[in-house]
Amino acid sequence: MTTPTATAATTLIRDLVRFPSLETTAAWLLAIVWIFPLLYAVWAAFHPSEFMVRFDLLAPLTLENFTNAWNQAPFARYYVNTFLLVTGIVAAQFVVCTLAGFAFARFPIPGKDVLFMLVLIQLFVFPEVLIVENYRIASSLGLVDTIAGIGLPYVASAFGIFLLRQTFKTIPRELEDAARVEGCGWMAVLLKVYVPLAKPTYLAYGLVSISHHWNNFLWPLVVTNSVESRPLTVGLGIFSAPETGVNWATISAATLLSIAPLLVAFLLFQRQFVQSFLRAGIR
Amino acid sequence: MVIQTSDRRLQVYGALLLLPAAVLLGTFAYLPTVATLINSLFLPGFRGAPPEFVGLENYALLIEDRTFWKVARNNLLYALGTIPTAIALALGMALFVNGRLPGRGLVRMAYFTPTVLPMIAAANIWMFFYAPQIGLFNTLLGTLGITGPNWLGDPSVALTSVIVMTVWKEAGFFMIFYLAALQSIPPELEEAADLEGTSRWSFFWRVTFPLLMPTTLFVLINALINAVRVVDHLFILTKGGPNNATNLLLYYVYENAFSFFDRTYAATITVVILLVLAVVATIKFRVLDPRTHYQ
Repeated sequence: MTTPTATAATTLIRDLVRFPSLETTAAWLLAIVWIFPLLYAVWAAFHPSEFMVRFDLLAPLTLENFTNAWNQAPFARYYVNTFLLVTGIVAAQFVVCTLAGFAFARFPIPGKDVLFMLVLIQLFVFPEVLIVENYRIASSLGLVDTIAGIGLPYVASAFGIFLLRQTFKTIPRELEDAARVEGCGWMAVLLKVYVPLAKPTYLAYGLVSISHHWNNFLWPLVVTNSVESRPLTVGLGIFSAPETGVNWATISAATLLSIAPLLVAFLLFQRQFVQSFLRAGIR
Repeated sequence: MVIQTSDRRLQVYGALLLLPAAVLLGTFAYLPTVATLINSLFLPGFRGAPPEFVGLENYALLIEDRTFWKVARNNLLYALGTIPTAIALALGMALFVNGRLPGRGLVRMAYFTPTVLPMIAAANIWMFFYAPQIGLFNTLLGTLGITGPNWLGDPSVALTSVIVMTVWKEAGFFMIFYLAALQSIPPELEEAADLEGTSRWSFFWRVTFPLLMPTTLFVLINALINAVRVVDHLFILTKGGPNNATNLLLYYVYENAFSFFDRTYAATITVVILLVLAVVATIKFRVLDPRTHYQ
C-alpha cells in the first residue's frame, strides 16, 4: 500500500488469483451472520416443524404452516387494520405537517421561534413514552379501540413539520411571486408551487413514516383491545406470546406473513428506502 | 397603514395554518406531559374516591423501591451494552461496504435488512434461537457436547441476550449514516496519505474517525433515545423477567399502569424517563446544534 499503482497492482493480482482478502472474508462472514436469523425464519416457515433444528437439504417443503397461521388468527383483518392505519396516518400527517411547515417557513407569526422550539420538543417526547396519560386522553375522547385512536397521537409529527419547513425554506421566493402575479392566493401558491417542489421530501418522509407505523407496537397494544382495531404487530405479538403454546413453525409463518409486504417493498425499492432514511435522518 | 393590515392578515392566516398541528400536539404531547407531572403528586383514589394529593410521596416511594433501582440499572447497562457495540459494528459495516468488495450490494442489504423488521418479529425469530432446550443455540451447542445456558431464563445471562438481539436490529440502521458520511470524504485525502506512506490504521484514526465525529454524535443521540423508548421485544422475549433481570424503565411503566393499575406510580416513573430525554435533548440542542444550521 505505498503508491496508488502498487495498490492497483495488488488488487489486480488478488482478483486474478481469486483469493478473498481478510477484509472481504470478514465482511461476508458478518453479512451471513446478519441475514441468518431471517433466512432461518424462512426455513422454519416452509418446512414441517420436526425440521426446525434439523438442516436437511432434502426436507420436504410445505405451506401448511402458513395455512395454520392464517386459520388460527384473523390475519386478514389485521392486514386491513394495518393498511387503514398506515395510509390514514401518512395522509393526515401530510396535510397537517404541510400546513404547519408552510406557516413556519413563510408567515410572520409572533413568537415563531419559541413555537418552533415547542414543536421540536416532540422529537424527544414520543406518544409511546406518555402511554399512561395518552390512554386516559384517548379514552375520554372515545378513541380507545379505534384505528383513529392508534393514529391520532402521531399525526402532528414534529419531524414532518421540521422536514417540510426546511424544504419550503429552500424554495426561492421568486417562484411564489410569479404565481402571485398570476393571481394565485395562498392556498394555490402552496399547492402549485411549494408542494410539487417538495416531492422528494414527501417521498422520503412517507417511506419513513410507513415503515415506522407498520412496525409500531407499544401504543397500538395499549390502546386496542379487540380484533376490530388491532394492527398486525399487536396481532402477531398476541398470537406468538410463549404462553399461547402455538408451535414454532406456525409462529415463523405468522411472522413472515406480518413482515412480508414491507420486506418485499424494501427489497424492491432498496435504494429509495435507504435514501429516505438518510434524508429524513440528517437533520 | 395598508402594510400593517396586510401584515395582521398574514399573521392570522399563519396562525390558522398552525391550528391543526397545535391542537393535536396540545392534546397528545403537551397535555399528557403536564398531566404526568401533576399525577405523580397524587395517589390513585380507591373505590371511586377522588385521587389524593400527596406531594412528593410517590417520589419517596420510588427512592425506596428496589425494583425501580434494579430496572434503572438494567436500563443503564442496556444502553452501555447496546450503544457502543452497535456504533462500532455500524462503522465497521460502513467501512466494509464503502471499500471495493465483491457482492457489495448483497452485503449491504444483509446488514440493513433487520432495520425494516418490526421489533416484535425480530424478537419472535430470536426466541427460536434462545429457547432453553429446543432452541437453535442450545441444540447446536448440544451437538458439540456443551450444555448451553438458559439464555432468557438465567438472570445473569438474560439481559445480555436481549442486548445482543438489539444490537443485531440496530447496527444496520446506523451503518447507512456512516456510509453516507464516508462517501462525502474527498478521496484526495486517502490518495495523499497513500503517497505519504501512511498506514491504513493511522489514516483511519487520524483522518476518517475525526471527520466522522458529527455522524457519531448524531447516531449516539438516536441510540440513546431508542434505549429508553423501545421495549417491544421484552413483550415476547422475557416480559421483563426473570425476576426483573431484563426489565427496562418504559416496560416498568407499562406494568405499573396496565398490570398493577397504579397509574400515579406509573406517572412517577414516566417523569424519570422524561428527565432522561430532557438531558438527551439538551445535549442535542446545546452541544450539537450550534454546529448545524436550523435557519
